[in-house]
Amino acid sequence: MEQPVLADHSGQLAVRRRRFRPGKFLAPYLLSLPAGLWLLILFLIPLVVMLSLSLQTCNPATGACVMTWHWAEFGQQLSLYHTQFLVSIWFAGAATLICLVVSFPIAYWIAFYGGRRKNFFLLMLLVPFFVSFVIRTVVWQFILSDQGIVLGALKNAHLLPQNFHILATGWAVIAGLAYNYLPFTALPLYVAIERIDKRVLDAAYDLYATKREAFLRVILPLTIPGIFAAFLLTFIPALGDYVNQQILGGTGDTMIGTVIQNSFLTTLDYPGGSALSTVLLVVALLGIFAYARILGSRTIEEYL
Amino acid sequence: MSAVATATAAGETRTAGPARRRRRRWTRFILPVYSWLVIAYLIFPIGVMILYSFNKVTTGLQQVSFAWNGFTLQWYKEWSNIPGLTSAFWLSIRLAIASTVFSTVIGTLLALALVRYQGRRFRGKTLIEQTMFLNIAAPEVVLGASLLGLFITVNLARGFVTLLLAHVAFSIAYVAVTVRARMSGFDRSLEEAASDLGANSWVIFRKITFPLIMPGILAGALMAFALSIDDFVTSNFVSGAAVPFPVWVYGATRIGIPPQVFVFGTAIFTVGILCAIASVIIGWRKPT
Repeated sequence: MEQPVLADHSGQLAVRRRRFRPGKFLAPYLLSLPAGLWLLILFLIPLVVMLSLSLQTCNPATGACVMTWHWAEFGQQLSLYHTQFLVSIWFAGAATLICLVVSFPIAYWIAFYGGRRKNFFLLMLLVPFFVSFVIRTVVWQFILSDQGIVLGALKNAHLLPQNFHILATGWAVIAGLAYNYLPFTALPLYVAIERIDKRVLDAAYDLYATKREAFLRVILPLTIPGIFAAFLLTFIPALGDYVNQQILGGTGDTMIGTVIQNSFLTTLDYPGGSALSTVLLVVALLGIFAYARILGSRTIEEYL
Repeated sequence: MSAVATATAAGETRTAGPARRRRRRWTRFILPVYSWLVIAYLIFPIGVMILYSFNKVTTGLQQVSFAWNGFTLQWYKEWSNIPGLTSAFWLSIRLAIASTVFSTVIGTLLALALVRYQGRRFRGKTLIEQTMFLNIAAPEVVLGASLLGLFITVNLARGFVTLLLAHVAFSIAYVAVTVRARMSGFDRSLEEAASDLGANSWVIFRKITFPLIMPGILAGALMAFALSIDDFVTSNFVSGAAVPFPVWVYGATRIGIPPQVFVFGTAIFTVGILCAIASVIIGWRKPT
């Protein structure tokens, strides 16, 4: 029974002893320990605390809270604020659809035609993030103001009626959301399109597909998981956003995020705010689970 | 692909003749033009901000005015005139630096674990990945509200410390994802070669692994910095006495923001762009 032995090793190669080396065994756990602890204490546990706060009764004056298993809190908050939920879903949904339509071509272009400058273009997409989110939205308030750069010029050219306004309407909020969340849509779409195996595309061309057929019947179906992921990664954060609405919208368009902020910071209604926040989180989780059921649970993490 | 197939395919696409070819030439420009338009649209408000940081203010109030009144460097000279704003700015800078340091270290370690170990060697990996995804996908209101709930329950006073804890909490996942993405092309055989040549684990890490993943770490750090400087919603919930820059600006939108806000915004933007360019250049010069 001869075992091949490399010439410059001593005879010990043939026997592989499984020595238990604690350092090597623990390596993945030690490496992920700081992150795991931090996320546990400052992300997962607060979510549990939030859930439990929604069931407590708090005295706004003293800030003292008592656990009363007040399940009715959810019903109360929903009946009070269901309009804001629906408004939020409408704004976030419309903005996400706009983002998807706008981002797909540019993601496609960078993935297929970006070449060596892909990273540069992706960076260009992220450039707005270097300016604070609040400032960007304030500048949009600037730009969309009634006599500002865009509307003022259009009105002077008599392309728009004089009393036309965008600010303080729902459309301004949607426009703001679509602007601020565009990179959230474009990047997962880029990842999805870039992943397509080019050989499948070559095979389609070999089988006499025209460019349009290749796009509609090969590329588009292969990117559907990515589109769904991009939708989730845009819709869910946009659902909770309230800055766009506060700066660009009017008083009638309150979103659920505003209500939660007021509950926590102004009226000090911690149970109410927590209940609403829990409902928002449940909506997010439902979206993620729907994705997992329909498209396979491994794939959504790949789109980050 | 046989010659027959090529000829047939070529013949099919050219049956329409010169008219079809002419149309194809200009349609080739649609996508690039569109993409550059989108990029221009993304950058447009920033251009407006930079431009209006040089705008004169004609009313008596220290507010940005919608109309262009003329070029001035006044706001750059008087950049520290508004004490609340200046202290908020420096607080944001300190916070962003601290948050970047912590979250980059922790996130990079996590990324190393995620890339190298899977399956039975790393039980609980899926759980961590799902937690990371939930952290990134969850609405910020939920993150901020839950953290505030935690701090209230344990009676921790809101201030710089709570801000730092919150910022690192939401940055770790982003850093880990960024570093992991950059590490996907990493060639393990280089490490094995070093090991064959007698290097121990620490030397391997110091001389081989770390320099190769440095561009990824820088990208992650840049991401963490931008997230921290930019963050409003979570900071608003947990800031309390320590007011970061975006929270201050948000508070000022009701009464009118002073032009110094645009000055600071321009400064942050310039620094960010320079760092991004630097990281791209460093990435280009890597021998891999």
